[in-house]
Amino acid sequence: MAFDTIETTAKKLVLTVQDYSLFAYRAVTNLFRPPVYWPDFLIQSDIIGVGSVSIVVLAGLSTGGVLALQSAATLSAFGAAAVTGQFVSLTMIRELGPVLTGVMVSGRNASSMASELGSMVVTEQIDAMRALGVDPLRKLVTPRIFSTIFMLFFLTIVADACGILGGGAVTVFMNHQNGTQYFSMAWEHLRYPDIIQGLVKPLFFGYILSSIGCFYGMRTSGGTEGVGRSTIQAVVSSSVLIIFVDFLITQVLLSLFPHL
Amino acid sequence: MMATGSPQPDPAAAEQKLAADLRPVVFRNVTIGFNGPPVLDRIGFSVAPAETRILLGPAGVGKSVLLKLANGLLRPEQGSIRLFGKEISHMPEEWLFPLRSRAGMVFQEGALFDSLTVRDNVAYQLIQEMVPDEEIDQRVRKILGFVGLEEAFSLYPSALSGGMRRRVAIARALIRQPELLLYDSPTGGLDPITCTTIIELIVKQRDVYRTPSLLVTHRLQDAFTMCTHRYDTEQGRMVPLPQGETDPNTTFLMLEEGRLIFDGSLRELLHSENAFVREFLE
Repeated sequence: MAFDTIETTAKKLVLTVQDYSLFAYRAVTNLFRPPVYWPDFLIQSDIIGVGSVSIVVLAGLSTGGVLALQSAATLSAFGAAAVTGQFVSLTMIRELGPVLTGVMVSGRNASSMASELGSMVVTEQIDAMRALGVDPLRKLVTPRIFSTIFMLFFLTIVADACGILGGGAVTVFMNHQNGTQYFSMAWEHLRYPDIIQGLVKPLFFGYILSSIGCFYGMRTSGGTEGVGRSTIQAVVSSSVLIIFVDFLITQVLLSLFPHL
Repeated sequence: MMATGSPQPDPAAAEQKLAADLRPVVFRNVTIGFNGPPVLDRIGFSVAPAETRILLGPAGVGKSVLLKLANGLLRPEQGSIRLFGKEISHMPEEWLFPLRSRAGMVFQEGALFDSLTVRDNVAYQLIQEMVPDEEIDQRVRKILGFVGLEEAFSLYPSALSGGMRRRVAIARALIRQPELLLYDSPTGGLDPITCTTIIELIVKQRDVYRTPSLLVTHRLQDAFTMCTHRYDTEQGRMVPLPQGETDPNTTFLMLEEGRLIFDGSLRELLHSENAFVREFLE
């Protein structure tokens, strides 16, 4: 009995991975074959990108501030309070900026994609679209995936900048340290490889959160309860996968380019 | 000396093939079961040009499934389905879109896009085809006039009643003058007056444009009204046919527990000896 359960669960998992792979492949390759619904890319970029600016700014400012607060005491103990700027900027740009932005945008947009597409599935709107001769994958999924990848890249830059600013504000107004020193340390120790590492990650995270959000939305079943279930699965899976993939990307980048 | 050359084609078989190719929908031994017992079991029928087929049966018997099979929204486990002469049971999804756009489908609950206005819902296909806005507005107003909903042009589906939504769904299905119409319980859950309005629209489409159609319903009175009435273009309304006459192009199918148990005219339906048909009619 227990083996049956394990076997069934394993089969379901493999089937889900297979379905997701085919879904994600088709959604991406649709960009290179007509028809491509370009106006939808703009609409989705506005909803996903511009709509997420406020949460990304707030998260960036707070995280940078917390980093400065937490690090100041430890660094002071070693007489290294002057490197707070370097610490905050490197941490934000290499790690926390991309991951936090990915997780925040995932919470906002993977959930909205799963619930919006899920509602369309259960009310037969997706079937109606197919019956009208329009491919829902091309019309709804491909624009969401590429808009998210594109906008997450810029949102990460916003989060990085806000994080460094937040850290600077805490350093100057709460830790009573020199602001010029903070910003010059933040700037001078920054290298191109740090920036490249920080900006490669959002490309992967954007793809993960949007494709998973759309995937769970499009395979919704079981009415309104199913929509709720899809939304939870989308947010949980995309957030966990973002953190896991972050580890993998960091490991791969550090192995390939040890000087990073 | 051995005979050479290709065998002579059989004229009767060729004619039969041509007739089958001209039929917009042909089902042959179609079975579907969703990984369980068959929901539809070895179904076979066809829809001829200008023919309206009314699919009767109790709720949950697989009528909507059959309709979704007809335009490839679902795939059969066995059997063959031809849509506009093309075998679609194993056709890749991408190849199906051009075929589906030649057919109009009215869903059970309308399935309108709730974030779009009536205008954008009705013109959905035209918008995707980048038709100029002026032409879209003109065509949408004309088709909304056809279903008697000119005033709903700028409204959202949430502001419409159930009957109005169904009429918008019909307008959306008709705007590109489809070569086939699929109606999934277009009058289900509506009051008798609205039902008559919807049936009048369907009869109007049948008699004015001669569009072949497959209509699913469990409401006998709607089916009989369609069979015993015609649309009078001069009077601009549906009128009864003379006593004893029925529309020759409107015929019936009946499902029972996934099996097709009846295929014929109204007269044959009324005189059927099948116990289930008799029970359903009574």
